[in-house]
Amino acid sequence: MRALLTVFAKEFLENLRDRRTLISALLFGPLFGPLLFGAMVSRMLNQSVAESDEPLHLTVSGRDHAPGLVRYLESQGVQLTFASFSESAARDAVRSGAAQVVLILPMDYGPRFAAALPAPVLLVADSADSQTRKSADRARLLLGAYGSGVAQLRLQVRGVSPLLAMPVAVNEMDVATPAGRAVVVLGFMTYFVLFAVLMGGLYLAIDSTAGERERGSLEALLSLPVARGSLVGGKILATCAYMCLSLAISLTAFVFVFRFVPLERLGMSANLGVSTALAFFAICLPFVPLGAALMTFVASFTRSYREAQTYLTTVLLVPTLPIAFASIYSLKPTRSLMFIPSLSQHLLMTSVLKDEPIAIVDVVASAGSSALFALLLFVLTARHWRRETMLG
Amino acid sequence: MIEANSLCKRFGNVDAVSDVSFTARDGEITGLLGPNGAGKSTCLRMLYGVLTPDSGSARIDGIDIRGETSAARAHLGVLPHAAGLYNNLTARENIDYFGALQGIRREESHRRAAKLARALGMETFIDRRVKGFSQGQRIKVALARALVHDPGNLILDEPTNGLDVMAIRSLREMLHALKTLGRCILFSSHVMQEVAALCDRIIIIGGGRVLADGTPQAIREASGSQTLEEAFLNVLGNSEGVS
Repeated sequence: MRALLTVFAKEFLENLRDRRTLISALLFGPLFGPLLFGAMVSRMLNQSVAESDEPLHLTVSGRDHAPGLVRYLESQGVQLTFASFSESAARDAVRSGAAQVVLILPMDYGPRFAAALPAPVLLVADSADSQTRKSADRARLLLGAYGSGVAQLRLQVRGVSPLLAMPVAVNEMDVATPAGRAVVVLGFMTYFVLFAVLMGGLYLAIDSTAGERERGSLEALLSLPVARGSLVGGKILATCAYMCLSLAISLTAFVFVFRFVPLERLGMSANLGVSTALAFFAICLPFVPLGAALMTFVASFTRSYREAQTYLTTVLLVPTLPIAFASIYSLKPTRSLMFIPSLSQHLLMTSVLKDEPIAIVDVVASAGSSALFALLLFVLTARHWRRETMLG
Repeated sequence: MIEANSLCKRFGNVDAVSDVSFTARDGEITGLLGPNGAGKSTCLRMLYGVLTPDSGSARIDGIDIRGETSAARAHLGVLPHAAGLYNNLTARENIDYFGALQGIRREESHRRAAKLARALGMETFIDRRVKGFSQGQRIKVALARALVHDPGNLILDEPTNGLDVMAIRSLREMLHALKTLGRCILFSSHVMQEVAALCDRIIIIGGGRVLADGTPQAIREASGSQTLEEAFLNVLGNSEGVS
């Protein structure tokens, strides 16, 4: 135990003096998520808020064929630009981006409208462009509203109740809580948190294994009267310490960033105060030794810094797999999923964000399974260190 | 005292070491001499227990290295072929780290480090970070690190590699001083002059076997040679596969 603490203290101190480790573990790793996230979310929010305020732009060809429709659109605040397009000219204009959405009112609109036959209009838009698709949707809604208004008038004129044409009245009730709606936006955040955890220990895991071999200090270390388990344990413990630091910095940054993200403007509440951050820390804590043991295990098989970096960047992606899998199949949190590390942390953090009650059993299952995997990896790593191939 | 007893080691199809036995005594400097690839390092690695022999055994002060590894290693200081240091630690911290892992008390470790710094002439740089040290300075730190627990036995694998004349000279003086203190010193080299200048006893290894074992004089006489260099070449010439 004394040897283990000696190794821990030395690895901790040595890496504290290493600029590369510090930048990656305590600056880039933990801050990358919150900054990128803050920028991404506030841009997304500003954009969607701005869009609904902005008037719809429509290019109308053949205004004289349907003056009533044109008046209606103007009265709805649509900004109309008038042009004279053939169908192919309209298609070219939309493709080239000269016009966003073109509405063509053909010659036979008037006669057919007067005869109470379906009067054709042509809406030209590019559905592959998300911006113009939204405009086209808004135009379609307006045209539909105009159509049903006219239909009701026609029925009334003929002495038929317009209600006959509305057999079903659809009412909607949205049960999403403001915090719940935010979760859709914040879904990524849990991965950034787990990423920060791993990044915190990445360089230390490399330095204490492949680095030890590359600088030729490994053999002297292995010829000391110290159990290999103590060496590995001390190294993993030091890696854990850096991961905890990184996690703490990352969560602090998240709390800070969310003060400035205008989530309330969309009717969402970002449930990320100090208490949430503390809950996140507690949820992620059991993931720390697992990540440390995993990275140390993988790095122990590599011969050089460079090789270790190659393999460990792949390890950084491992926690995304269960999370991605869960979101593709939109898995609901169940007890059995709580035994899968990284996914269980993701689900628990999401529940905290949604303000949902959390069962203690789930927390214990998540922590217990992560700790168990960590222990298994520790044993495997120590076993590898006892082999003579460890000398390289 | 370091004893090798019929050590054998194979790597794949290659017999790296076959049936090597010898004894390095206290108060003597024993040189393991042989060309590159003769099996010197493999042999030493089995002695300090980072390689397991396929058969045979090794003892440090009578303690079996496989049976009681930790107890045996407490009697042993090792300067491996790759004696890398921790660049972000000072020389003193490097030494203290090994002292702590050898299980000696902190004050004792400090006392030993100061003493070794004096003996090895490291006082001017002992509190500097190791990054940027010359090869000579590094070998001194590595040697002090191996000696921090005041072991009765010292194993050095090609310690003079990459050293300049000054550094080799101070290493020699240090080994002499340890010898007069009654320590058992075993070191390997492929440089004949090195061994001739330092050793009380020479073991010549070639192709994984002991080809000669004795005092420099005895080896010269046995091979009927005037100089040690001639004896070395004669002895090696008799073994197959060595050119």
